[in-house]
Amino acid sequence: MPSYVLTEKCDGCKGQDKTACQYICPNDLMVLNRDIMKATNQETDQCWECYNCVKICPQQAIEVRAYQDFAPLGANVIPMRSTDSIMWTVKFRNGIIKRFKFPIRTTVEGSIDLYTGKPEPDFAKLKSSGFFNSEARK
Amino acid sequence: MEKTTCTFSFCEKPKVIEIETDLLLIGGGMACCGAAYEAARWADAKGIKITMVDKAATDRSGAVAMGLSAINTYVGENKVEDYVKYVRADLMGITREDLTYDLGRHVDDSVHLFEEWGLPIWKKGDDGFSLDGFQARDAGKKMLKDGGTPVRSGKWQIMINGESYKVIVAEAAKKALEYNRKKTGVDQNHFERVFIVKLFHDANDPKRVAAAAGYSVRENKIYIFKAKAMINAAGGAVNVFRPRSTKEGQGRAWYPVWNSGSGYALGMQAGAEMTLMENRFVPARFKDGYGPVGAWFLFFKAKATNALGEDYCTNEAYLAEARAKYGKYVDAMGTAIRNHLMMKDMKAGKGPILMRTHEAMDAINKQFVAALGEKEGKKKVKHLEAEAWEDFLDMAIGQAGLWASKNIEPDKSPSEIMPTEPYLLGSHAGCAGFWCSGPADIPGTPAHYHWGYNRMSTVPGLFMIGDVCGASGHKFSSGSHAEGRIAAKSAIAFILDHPDYKPTIKETADEVAAELYLPYEVYEKHKTFTTDPKTNPHYIKPDMLQARLQKIADEYFGGCGTWYMTSKTMLDAGLQLLDMLKEDASHMAAANLHELMRCWENYHRILSVEAHARHILFREESRYPGYYYRGDFDMIDDVNWKCFTNSVYDAKANTWTMKKVEYKQLFE
Repeated sequence: MPSYVLTEKCDGCKGQDKTACQYICPNDLMVLNRDIMKATNQETDQCWECYNCVKICPQQAIEVRAYQDFAPLGANVIPMRSTDSIMWTVKFRNGIIKRFKFPIRTTVEGSIDLYTGKPEPDFAKLKSSGFFNSEARK
Repeated sequence: MEKTTCTFSFCEKPKVIEIETDLLLIGGGMACCGAAYEAARWADAKGIKITMVDKAATDRSGAVAMGLSAINTYVGENKVEDYVKYVRADLMGITREDLTYDLGRHVDDSVHLFEEWGLPIWKKGDDGFSLDGFQARDAGKKMLKDGGTPVRSGKWQIMINGESYKVIVAEAAKKALEYNRKKTGVDQNHFERVFIVKLFHDANDPKRVAAAAGYSVRENKIYIFKAKAMINAAGGAVNVFRPRSTKEGQGRAWYPVWNSGSGYALGMQAGAEMTLMENRFVPARFKDGYGPVGAWFLFFKAKATNALGEDYCTNEAYLAEARAKYGKYVDAMGTAIRNHLMMKDMKAGKGPILMRTHEAMDAINKQFVAALGEKEGKKKVKHLEAEAWEDFLDMAIGQAGLWASKNIEPDKSPSEIMPTEPYLLGSHAGCAGFWCSGPADIPGTPAHYHWGYNRMSTVPGLFMIGDVCGASGHKFSSGSHAEGRIAAKSAIAFILDHPDYKPTIKETADEVAAELYLPYEVYEKHKTFTTDPKTNPHYIKPDMLQARLQKIADEYFGGCGTWYMTSKTMLDAGLQLLDMLKEDASHMAAANLHELMRCWENYHRILSVEAHARHILFREESRYPGYYYRGDFDMIDDVNWKCFTNSVYDAKANTWTMKKVEYKQLFE
């Protein structure tokens, strides 16, 4: 599926103009019921299981239940994403648990320095091959 | 049926916001992120304004939204010419070699930037085993740009820890836009959650496009962006054919489920010439979860066989039959031919087709223990097992969930693979898209490959990149980023060469708003006619529009339902039904902004599929066996069809012009 939202944990990202899951979902699936301040996946057959809502939720209120048209019940896959790595817990239907940790980034979030130390563009080469900072390979 | 026009008598009139910019980037995926980075640097000195419009949030939009476990195009120690030859062979002999070469000679710089920005890239350790991005950094391994050795999973592929690939690339793009915004003094130049629906021609020069109109999927607002040049990277088309999973599992499309053919539809409606729209991609992937098989084949050296353990790619009877129909292309054993041979076994009841992961892991286990001893060998195997899971967890998490659901441990049991439903795209292993000018400087380039600005379509000022620049597949993520940079540079040149151009459209803001909001008006006008707004004879909701499209495409245009088989008679029958569906699209109904997005997405899907079907009809051969077959021309006919097939759609007249365009081989 589709991601689902745990009623007890979701606080509707209170105080924000939109929830974190609404902000991030690439397919515009998450909606907030402002009366009860709970988010929901409004169109579960359009969910790619990209887990971006799961990873971003500040309350860890979102999980994924595998697509029931082909997946047997009982397993789950849960990420914990930090600023430089991600931990995964994969629980099998038969109870086996596997844990993995992978790097996600070698620099600090927000630290990208775009053009410092790189050449100025040369407008004489605007219509030639190459980028502002490098020649094309021969 | 009587057509409704939107007069805002029933639905609320949106606020219309008009924005004037110089360079408009439509889309926020890898390609437009590349375009933003390159364009901002050149624009700086000239005060050129750049604006990006993204249907989603750029941190996680486009095909790389989930992440990736590999970068599939890094030329590195290889020759650019060899990249061209590989792409040509996989695309059955017909590719724009100028575009492909141009991409190959530029792509590595984008990969070097990704690493500089923080993308962890695996490196080869001193013992020959792989180090992940952190281990490589801690071991003091050199960066790629300084000669570091990546871990190759195939000749062109390198392994990465790519969970945050898009976030990193987006950070650079957003900073580039911010840099441009400050330099040019505009209030806003990055619009998220704005869905571009249609391009509008210039009032004074009907060949050009002058504006792109879209709407906010969150607020009652319409945007009209007027621009001197536009770069279209609005993506390929997914869930256009009936998928194998038709309930909630249809979300688990192999390509991103939100790629709705907008990239094709926007250019088609503007009258841009298309090429090879008959091409499609039918990836063979792990069944249902659609997890990647590349690392299993290339990195872990796993074999795929039928259920009896036989390798269908070496079945002499199949090969002989295939050679009789498809000639020399069979022996190149490209992706399409491997699909073809796999399906021979499936049709013979020898399935399920199995990826023999357990045997591959067993072989690796023995090899590692022999090389490193019991303790160290097992440790390396454990690391390798994590790498196998990471392959899924980085880019197809649902597949990891499916293995866990079915108690599949890859070292203990094999896993089913299967060809998926068809996808239309131009950046992965497909090449459907627009006919674009290539660069000027590649020896042997004929005049019909290069007529103007690099990556510009036949519509002046409209550039195409990523999934929608045609006849040049196998760009993948890095190549799309690099292609965005190539196009950005030439779009800047185009803008500077036309300093006096002022984009104007003849449509009024109200007319544009009325067109975009029509599905809203239709719904509001009729919704109380029945007791259940879902079922109403006056309109069609977007999900049903999509279901009908998928059924037509599957049954008549060669979907999984007919084993990818079609013919002139089938195509003609399907096109009649598609025509009625296209008419019915003027009765699309949206109950809210989210459904309005689905309405226009599905309209874009309809146009993409029509182009696909008309191209299949025009090309009287089966150029891509394993992807689709013309039952009435089940052969590859190089004498008549080793050429591009190009088309132009006239949106006003609803007519198509088709033609053959000469293919020229540039590299021996």
